Amino acid sequence: MAGEMAKGEKTVKIEYLTRVEGEGGIYVRAEGGELRDVKLNIFEPPRFFEAFLRGRHFQEVPDITARICGICPVAYQMSSVHALEAALGVRPGPEIRMLRRLLYCAEWIESHALHIYLLNAPDFLGYESAVAMAADHPQEVERGLRLKKIGNGLLDLLGGRATHPVSVCVGGFYKVPRRKELEKLREDFLWGLEAAQETVTWVSGLTFPEFTPEYEFVSVSHPTEYPMNERRIISSVGLNIDPVEYEQIFLEEHVAHSTALHSVRADRGSSYFVGPLARLNLNFDKLLPRAQAAARSCGVSWPCHNPFMSIVARAVELVHAFEEALGIIDAYREPAASRAEIQVHAGEGCAATEAPRGLLYHRYRINDQGLVEAAKIVPPTSQNMRRMEDDLRQLLPGVLNQPDAEIARVSENLVRSYDPCISCSTHFLKLRFDRGR
Amino acid sequence: MSPETRPKLAVYKFSSCDGCQLAILSLEDELLSLVGEVEIAYFLEARSQTLEGPYDVTLVEGSVSTAEDIERIHKVREQSKYLITIGACATAGGIQALRNWADVGEFVRAVYATPAYINTLEQSTPISAHVAVDFELNGCPINKYQILEVLTALLVGRAPHLPRHSVCLECKRRGTSCVMVLGGIPCLGPLTQAGCGALCPAYNRGCYGCFGPMESPNPDSFAGFLLKNGTPRAELIRMLRGFTGYAEVFRSAGDKLAKTSP
Repeated sequence: MAGEMAKGEKTVKIEYLTRVEGEGGIYVRAEGGELRDVKLNIFEPPRFFEAFLRGRHFQEVPDITARICGICPVAYQMSSVHALEAALGVRPGPEIRMLRRLLYCAEWIESHALHIYLLNAPDFLGYESAVAMAADHPQEVERGLRLKKIGNGLLDLLGGRATHPVSVCVGGFYKVPRRKELEKLREDFLWGLEAAQETVTWVSGLTFPEFTPEYEFVSVSHPTEYPMNERRIISSVGLNIDPVEYEQIFLEEHVAHSTALHSVRADRGSSYFVGPLARLNLNFDKLLPRAQAAARSCGVSWPCHNPFMSIVARAVELVHAFEEALGIIDAYREPAASRAEIQVHAGEGCAATEAPRGLLYHRYRINDQGLVEAAKIVPPTSQNMRRMEDDLRQLLPGVLNQPDAEIARVSENLVRSYDPCISCSTHFLKLRFDRGR
Repeated sequence: MSPETRPKLAVYKFSSCDGCQLAILSLEDELLSLVGEVEIAYFLEARSQTLEGPYDVTLVEGSVSTAEDIERIHKVREQSKYLITIGACATAGGIQALRNWADVGEFVRAVYATPAYINTLEQSTPISAHVAVDFELNGCPINKYQILEVLTALLVGRAPHLPRHSVCLECKRRGTSCVMVLGGIPCLGPLTQAGCGALCPAYNRGCYGCFGPMESPNPDSFAGFLLKNGTPRAELIRMLRGFTGYAEVFRSAGDKLAKTSP
């Protein structure tokens, strides 16, 4: 961060937003004490996945889209296999369905533990990193690392490796685990369930800024399950659609200051909110009992409109993921076939699943050779991009009289609360602040 | 080691998915002792404070795909005693190097509504195409033990021990039956460097080459074998043009097949 006087205006530049996945910046301009402009600048070099997927075979797609994000590759694999199965009319059996949920639980655990303990908690306790925080809070940091390791361990077992697992294919899995392999993880998961509940207690005791904008929360919704792999898309203002309607309801806009597209509601151009807070607010009654009890007893009233408290929602989901994983492990029967047979034909299909950071939409059209003709991918961070700008617009007028360092700290804390994955939505976040005088 | 004498470590990101730098944070058991041995001086994903260079060891993730990247990688090189690339993007250009066989202008138009807003180079290239690189770690992603090995080697002053032989040897060690010989599944294992633990064949599928070419590959013989056994030429070209497709061995093998396409 640097300050300078020029032409009667004070410019503050905060070079990098840190402790997020990918790189980017925030631009803030104020004149005469009034906020004039807020932009999330994303200069992450575009990688053109939707373009180079064309001509690839459909079975290569989950391997390729995993590379959009090293933190949530499973999410990209899940949305692609569901969308391609819709295009091909394939319906994997119930065992495959549960294994996919288990794989998703593993990724939520790894990703949420990383974000809560290593990226976000230092904000609230006044540290510049988890390593610095570890000097004063060794137990918490060690708990976070062990939680993360347990998630990675399950990813290793189900997928061969935690980052870019190799087991997922259209139709099911190349290989499914043996029952006894899963049983070995049981003890770790029992510990994890307790540790996740301690996490809820710990993060709900942090001090949060008072900030509760009006939001449209959007998430996947299922009649009996907490949303992960399917089925409809709902919102807090009454939206309830099939994913095939997604592109009529939500629109991606291309703005000059971002290589990440911005999603808005097509009809009124308004922003919306996806991610753990949206999921929890919209699906509270689908949380498993331990997770629901943790959410009720932590002193937060739900639905919660404070984006800074996303860390609490993330911790509640951590409990849910452990609880659900244990249930799936206990009920697991090895399926007779690891994947469904596929008759290749031309088709088009889409799907929305819940990445750790929120709703992830994919659509593909394939030809009769099984080669991709068109692909569309809308990551959660693109959908939150406009919402984060709107939040900053609402938050910053209240802190403009504070020192620059404080403005920067609060802005970064807010953006980080969304757990933006700038690599997903593209990257390179520099924070610039112009304070007119 | 006392804080004053710890070597300074920097981690830089270019065009990538973050998965390789995540390998550092995935050293759950070793992370806290690692920071006792090296000072993490610049690592935006992990800490807000950044320390000025020069750095003793710099890990670079990601490929070069914009004009700013070229400028930045030269500055990073100037600040670094040892520069080590981590992963397929930094070492071979990454999956985004698929643009190198296409018209990038058409790619921009296909993805973005307002192409004029987008600045990108026609090619995605490895770090070594721009500056001298002291050591390269392969993998999409690398695994955390490669990081640990290379840092340990530097700390004690020896060469890193990382395999250069093929995935086939890892399959034999692991006791995995050959998916190509027994299952008829096309597998890039014979051309690909070990280091992943021969994961894909152990999961009943062919290797897709994410650790890049091994030390002494024979792509002509490999391609001849697959073509003779019924793998369509187009599929073979797609196999070679994957996560490390722009690495010299895979690139020239794929191009040769494309050129002799009937």
